[in-house]
Amino acid sequence: MIDLLRELSEAVGISGDEGAVRDLIVQHIRAYVDEITIDPMGNLLVVRRGTGRVKLRVMAAAHMDEVGMIVTGYESDGTIRFSAVGGLDERILPGTRVHIGAEKVPGVIMWPPIHINTGNDTVPIDRLRIDIGAANKEAAQKHVERGDAITFNSPFVELGPTVRGKAFDDRAGCASLIKLIQGDPFPFDLYAAFTVQEEVGLRGARVAAQRWQPDMAFVLETTACHDLPQDPDEPDQTTITSLGGGPAITVADASTISNPRLVQYLVRTAEREGIPCQFRSPQHAGGTDAGSIHKTGIGVPSVTIATPCRYLHGPNLIMSLSDWENQSNLVRAAWLALDEHVISHQ
Amino acid sequence: MDLKAHLKELCAVAAPSGYEAPVRDVIRAAWAKWIDEFTVDGMGSLIAVKHGTGRKPRRKIMLCAHMDEIGLIVSEVRDGFIRTSTLGGIDYRVLLAQTVIVHGQRPLSGVFGAAPPHMARSRKEYPPAEELWIDVGLPAAEVAELVRVGDIITFDAPPFDLKGDRIAAKSLDNRVSVAAVTTCLYELSHRRHTWDVVAVASAQEETGASGAASAAYHVQPDIAIVLDGTFGKQKGTNEDESFPLGEGPTLSRGPNFHPLLFKALQDTAKDEDIKIHIEVVPGNSHTDAWEVQVSRVGIPTALIGIPMTNMHTPAEVVDVRDVKRAGRWLATFITGLEPGFLDDMAYPMPKEDHS
Repeated sequence: MIDLLRELSEAVGISGDEGAVRDLIVQHIRAYVDEITIDPMGNLLVVRRGTGRVKLRVMAAAHMDEVGMIVTGYESDGTIRFSAVGGLDERILPGTRVHIGAEKVPGVIMWPPIHINTGNDTVPIDRLRIDIGAANKEAAQKHVERGDAITFNSPFVELGPTVRGKAFDDRAGCASLIKLIQGDPFPFDLYAAFTVQEEVGLRGARVAAQRWQPDMAFVLETTACHDLPQDPDEPDQTTITSLGGGPAITVADASTISNPRLVQYLVRTAEREGIPCQFRSPQHAGGTDAGSIHKTGIGVPSVTIATPCRYLHGPNLIMSLSDWENQSNLVRAAWLALDEHVISHQ
Repeated sequence: MDLKAHLKELCAVAAPSGYEAPVRDVIRAAWAKWIDEFTVDGMGSLIAVKHGTGRKPRRKIMLCAHMDEIGLIVSEVRDGFIRTSTLGGIDYRVLLAQTVIVHGQRPLSGVFGAAPPHMARSRKEYPPAEELWIDVGLPAAEVAELVRVGDIITFDAPPFDLKGDRIAAKSLDNRVSVAAVTTCLYELSHRRHTWDVVAVASAQEETGASGAASAAYHVQPDIAIVLDGTFGKQKGTNEDESFPLGEGPTLSRGPNFHPLLFKALQDTAKDEDIKIHIEVVPGNSHTDAWEVQVSRVGIPTALIGIPMTNMHTPAEVVDVRDVKRAGRWLATFITGLEPGFLDDMAYPMPKEDHS
């Protein structure tokens, strides 16, 4: 299963350009699903029929896209101009290695030497350049096109109880959803969406939910974790989640107030099954596909279950393998025991 | 000789200032077939002598390229996270989210933690190194067992090819110059030279050029040529202080350098049609040349630079054609050294004026 994580982490797919990730996921789930569609946005939408015991349309979502960059132009010296796709802290960029386009052309984000350049103000992304080794504009145009995706060149590494790599947000969720689809059927028909464009405004999940109008939705995500030693003078001491504490259930974030009954149901399931879990601290920005799904149509009770992940939206994320495994364990246990009473209003 | 492969092999080694042994071994192995005598001096510099064909006592030219790289050192271990101090002129502004190797009881792969953009308190400035923590992804007890204060840390940035003739890697400053010396030794292996050539891979340049100082004292050369990375032309550098990659090495001019040696090297480049750029250095060159020049009674010293972008980051970039040119240039210069060359270097004494 680590190979699945590795493969998905190293695949390239910024928002709007998720094709390579989608193709990979199709290979892993095609044999297990009853319906498979790619919608006009690029979402991969599959239905896995259940045993028929529960008459609910249950939606699950994990987004395929990752935060990255995009080529916007060239300089006469052959260096590349670029912009961010999704939320990036530009302070992580100087001296970073990247891959450009489908051919993964290697490049580095340039940074003038400290001997000459001594300022401490953050250099905005529109003043940074990438060197791919081209001596002039014409040479650069041969290898890289405007609009090509730029991703971090970050090989997947097993560190022990943790793993490190790019794009766990949300390929880790995609991998969990793949595992759930590959397992035994659930009592209900599962409507699983591998969504596009989460990082630029939760846009793929919106049309998926509008198509299916599900009775409830579970979003499989990663979430921030900043459990590093804290500066005692810092007024904000929250770590959001802690690594190794189990999957995090979102009660509320900037995009959604989770359905409280679904939250309670997940907590009870975790207690019954002895699966560790934690709550994501509700303060701080950030949202998930639940933010658009829960507002669809007449409203969809939704909840997010996320794997805590350090250094989100950067080139090298760290997450705990047991947290990740327990994400699908918790969701599987919850789904196997699910019935209409979980959300019905009596 | 596969220059790219050699350069990549050099850059793949982790060897910050004071901890040069691993790269010294690689350099020694690469040079062994051309060298008559190896010495490692008290500071850890590698001193390699290739005898000339002239009659003893022979003149000596010293080629000096530092082999150490900038790095970090563990200053604190807390709750499984590692705080650092710098070893040489690390640019703290590139540390956020960079990968490193912590050389503890075993090498540990780590990353400088960066809060996600949703949480970052302020994104207006780069945080100082003291505010950053390295995360090796292991439980706190295991980290306490494996990592001690004083363990060294290097960038985890293996070399890779860019398009054209460029290579990106950590520690190209100054393994690129070591590779230029290798090229020179290779060229000399099928040429005749009368002078002894003493190739020095110096230690501890990044922390104050102390390795080159002791090596120059030990070798006592008649002339010395120091090689180091110089600033490649890129956004954020000025016209006069940076040089385009792939358009030739630099030769420095200023008080740190002997004007007649400068002239002799410039003439060789002209005669051999090797394209070079002149770099003006008004004072301290902040290279080994600054120490070498004032060794013992003073040594005529020159400085050759290999243009490099993104210096002191994990993504330094050079064009290997510049390395090849520098090596060939040096070899041609050394081949042309006659026993009387040093007399040409002497500052002329004006005739007594009785008028």
